Amino acid sequence: MIVIENVNKTFGTKHVLKDISANLYKGKCNFIIGASGGGKSVLMKCMVGLVTPETGSITFDGRDFLKLNYKEKINVRKDIGMLFQNTALFDSLNVEENVAFPLRMFTDFTEEQIMDRVNFCLGRVNLVNLNKLFPSNISGGQKKRVGIARAIALNPKYLFCDEPNSGLDPLTSRVIDELIKDITKEYNITTVINTHDMKSLFVMGENIVFIHQGAKWWEGEKAGIRSSGNKELLAFMEASEF
Amino acid sequence: MRFFQHFGEYLLFLKAVFTKPEKGKIFVKQIFTESNNIGVGSFAIISLISTFIGAVSTIQIGYQLVSGILPDYLIGRIVRDSNILEFAPTVTALVLAGKVGSNIASEIGTMKVTEQVDALEIMGINAANYTSLAKIVSGVITIPMLVLYAMMLSLIGGAISGWASGIISVESFVKGLRTDFMGYNVVFAMTKAYTFSFLITSVSAFQGFRTEGGALEVGESSTKAVVYSCMSIIFFDYIISQLMLFK
Ligand SMILES: Nc1ncnc2c1ncn2[C@@H]1O[C@H](COP(=O)(O)OP(=O)(O)OP(=O)(O)O)[C@@H](O)[C@H]1O
Ligand SMILES: [Mg+2]
Repeated sequence: MIVIENVNKTFGTKHVLKDISANLYKGKCNFIIGASGGGKSVLMKCMVGLVTPETGSITFDGRDFLKLNYKEKINVRKDIGMLFQNTALFDSLNVEENVAFPLRMFTDFTEEQIMDRVNFCLGRVNLVNLNKLFPSNISGGQKKRVGIARAIALNPKYLFCDEPNSGLDPLTSRVIDELIKDITKEYNITTVINTHDMKSLFVMGENIVFIHQGAKWWEGEKAGIRSSGNKELLAFMEASEF
Repeated sequence: MRFFQHFGEYLLFLKAVFTKPEKGKIFVKQIFTESNNIGVGSFAIISLISTFIGAVSTIQIGYQLVSGILPDYLIGRIVRDSNILEFAPTVTALVLAGKVGSNIASEIGTMKVTEQVDALEIMGINAANYTSLAKIVSGVITIPMLVLYAMMLSLIGGAISGWASGIISVESFVKGLRTDFMGYNVVFAMTKAYTFSFLITSVSAFQGFRTEGGALEVGESSTKAVVYSCMSIIFFDYIISQLMLFK
């Protein structure tokens, strides 16, 4: 479980995150939704430690990330897997090496054990026979899957997905959604998903955090959205025809 | 003011780069790849350029010494000294600032703007170290070797052009090469070579690493890498010459 408390972040004079608090639960797909420019990506970057907020705390199962020293932070990071919006695969490495990368860096596995794990992860995302191809030679949907395989290689406790199905066709989007949902349940991961896609929210959303102009406007279960009475949230839903 | 800020950032960057790599085995592998890119990859262009600079310098020095009073083997001697002291190390460095520097900056810059650097950081890897240390170390190993090689080729090029144009016979040229040879000059040249190779690789890696934005900014960074590398090469050329040749 990840607990966010009173997080504030400003860029120059721009107050991007305004006193945000939220709970993100273990074994669930936690959604962060909101209009473009609202601060979803910045919030996610704060959680994974790429951006440091001015105030507030972000606690990973009792470990207050911002208060940890360098070594302890690295230990938390080893529990984090992230799927980037544009996948951020290493383009000098092929598919197999991309997935093997965290294993090579952080485990003392033999080459055989590494390949076993790589093939297991690639199998888990239904990608076979692409091992030797480079990221520039595979499709967007395939890249996302390699990104997921790389993110789960080290058995993360926390999985972050920034717009996992942006730029994908609806069918592939559903496949990726299902994949993330299954993996979350299977390994009891705290999954955080940042999206515009209301369809995936309704398919797999469990806990929802609605961010509007940098502030948290609503938080709760999917079923509570319609009865929330929150004008901005309902307007946001309506715009996406649900 | 901006200069001092950038210089401070550069030093902080170097501090992050010069730490122990996460995995020795991976680092060694990177060294081989990068040495191959930088060293072997620049072999052809350095061969071509140093041969021709040696050839041209013989012709020009011959042209300036046509008086007939001075013995012609002096041409060989002057060609030797100017190539060892200046042309081989500095021109090689300037050429490599263009070739290797822009390559390093655009490679790291692309990793930065496509969030590959973020991906490394999230995994808990020191990205400055992972992306840059092997490049800097490989540059410092291979570029001085290229400089030595350039020295040799420029003298051979000089001998050939002297002979082909009838300015000086190969025997006189070689006699000139062997007159009052000072090993210290090579030490001086190699000091420059090591300094320049560190400057090219570290300045370019820094420029790549501070890229923010998109493809346009990657292009800008790679241009800046070349410009700043060249400027720092010329500046240190002056400082080192002053310090080592007129003590
Ligand atoms: N590094 C930065 N420097 C300055 N401002 C920034 C920076 N990163 C983000 N911002 C600003 O913070 C605000 C929130 O951006 P963010 O990327 O979090 O939006 P978002 O909710 O993810 O939008 P989208 O759905 O379009 O991805 C934007 O106004 C943006 O301009
Ligand atoms: Mg975003």
